[in-house]
Amino acid sequence: MIPKQMLLISAFSTALSLSAYAADEPTVHVQQPRLQGPRELQEATAKAVVQNYLDSWQSMSKALNQNRPDLLDRDFVGSAKEKLAATIKQQTAAGVSTTYRDRSHDVQILFYSPEGLSIQLADDVEYDVQLSSGGKSLGTQQVKTRYVVVLTPSEVRWRVRIFQAEEQ
Amino acid sequence: MRTVIPTLLGGLALGITTAFAQSGDLTMPKTIEAGAAFSIQSAGSGKGTIYIAGPGQVIKQDVQLGAGISIPAGSLYNAGHYSVWLTSDSSTQSGSIDVLPAQKLSDITFIAKPSRLPVALHNAITGSVYVFDSYGNLITKPMQISFQLLNPGSAPQTRTAETRHGAAWTQMDSAAREGKAQFIAKVGDISSTRIVGQVPGDPCTIKMNAKAAGNKIQLVTDPVKDCSGNAIPDGTIVTFTASYGDAKSTVDVPLKKGIASTVIPAHRGAMISVASGVVLGNQIRWAQ
Repeated sequence: MIPKQMLLISAFSTALSLSAYAADEPTVHVQQPRLQGPRELQEATAKAVVQNYLDSWQSMSKALNQNRPDLLDRDFVGSAKEKLAATIKQQTAAGVSTTYRDRSHDVQILFYSPEGLSIQLADDVEYDVQLSSGGKSLGTQQVKTRYVVVLTPSEVRWRVRIFQAEEQ
Repeated sequence: MRTVIPTLLGGLALGITTAFAQSGDLTMPKTIEAGAAFSIQSAGSGKGTIYIAGPGQVIKQDVQLGAGISIPAGSLYNAGHYSVWLTSDSSTQSGSIDVLPAQKLSDITFIAKPSRLPVALHNAITGSVYVFDSYGNLITKPMQISFQLLNPGSAPQTRTAETRHGAAWTQMDSAAREGKAQFIAKVGDISSTRIVGQVPGDPCTIKMNAKAAGNKIQLVTDPVKDCSGNAIPDGTIVTFTASYGDAKSTVDVPLKKGIASTVIPAHRGAMISVASGVVLGNQIRWAQ
C-alpha cells in the first residue's frame, strides 16, 4: 500500500534525498536520526516507523476528505486519533471537508524511548489543504510547517499517537 | 523529477507572540496560545462565513465582514497550524494561524520499565516522560523533570532531566535490597508514580552439608542468598546430583524457608554436587 517513493534510508546517509516518481507523490527526505536516549535504533525499525508515518498522511487525508473516522483506525491511536476523529465530526457538522495533499516531507527521528514503546520524529512538511463544501472548493492554501509526531508500536505496525504541528 | 528543498529546522519559539500576520485581507495573530481568545480583522461589508481548519480542529462561524471577528477563549485549543478562510458571496479572504501548546503543564505520561527486576543492576530501570498541557497538547518547550526512585531501607536515587520536544528519560540502578520501590517523575506540582518490584538476584554461592542418616545421606544447604544478602525466594529449585561409578542420580528440591534439603541413597565414593540455575555450589565425596 502507498508505495511512497522512499527508497529508503540507506544506512541513514546524511540528508538522503528521495525523489518522487509520480507527480502526486510527495518528496521524502529522511535525515540521519539525532537520538536522545540509550536505546539503539535498528535500521529496520527506523524504516518501518518512517514508512508507517508517511502512510498515516494518506489515511488522514482520506479520512478528512471523506469525513470517515474509520479510515484512521489503521494508522492512528490515542489522542491523535481522538483529535482527528473530533475534527471529522466538526467538519460533518459544518458541512465541509478538507483535502490534504502532502508535497514533501523532511523527516528526522529524535527520540527512541529506553523501553522501546515510543519513537518521536520531526517532519518539516509542505502540503496543500483545500476546504470544500458540497463539492465546491472554498479555498486552497499551501502550508509549510513542522510536525512533531510520536508513534507507538501495535500488533503489526507503528501508529501515530501524537500528531502536532509547531510554529515554524 | 522533483527535487528536495532543504529545510531549515526552526527553533522552538514558544510563547505568546504579538506578531500579526496578514494574508489576503485577513489580519490576525500569527500565533496564539491554546485556548486563548483572539480576533480577526476582515475587509469588506455584508455577511460571510469564516472557516478555521486544521487536522486538529475545524471551526465554522457566521460573521459580519469589515468588523472584528471574535474567537472566544476555549474555542481553538488543539496545537497546530490552521488555515483560515472568510467567504462571502463576492469574495474569499484567507490567512493562517499557529496554535501553540499552553505554557502550563497539566499532565505527564510516565512509562517505567521493567515493573519487576533483580536487585543490584546498574541502569536497569528506565523511565520516559511526555509532558502535556490541559488540552492534551505536547509541550515542546524545555521543562525540568525530576526523577526519584525511593527504595525501602536505602537512600533515594534522584536524577533530573530536561525535556526535548516534550520528551525526557532517565535510568536508575535497582537497589541492593529487595522490596517495592516507588519511581516518581515530577514536573512542578505534577507527579506520577510507578511501582517497581525488586527481587533477589541469582544465588551468590550455595553450600551444602551432608550427614549419614542410616543407609542414606541427608543433604542440607545453608540459607541460599544472593550477593547482596537477600534470601532467594522459596520455591527456587536447587538440584542435588550424586555420581557413583557409571551411575548418576539427580534430585530437584524447592527452597523452603531459604534452605533446600533432601535424602539420597548412600554409595561409597559417590561425588555429590549442588547447583541452582547457573550457580554451582560445593562438592562432597561420600567416603563412608
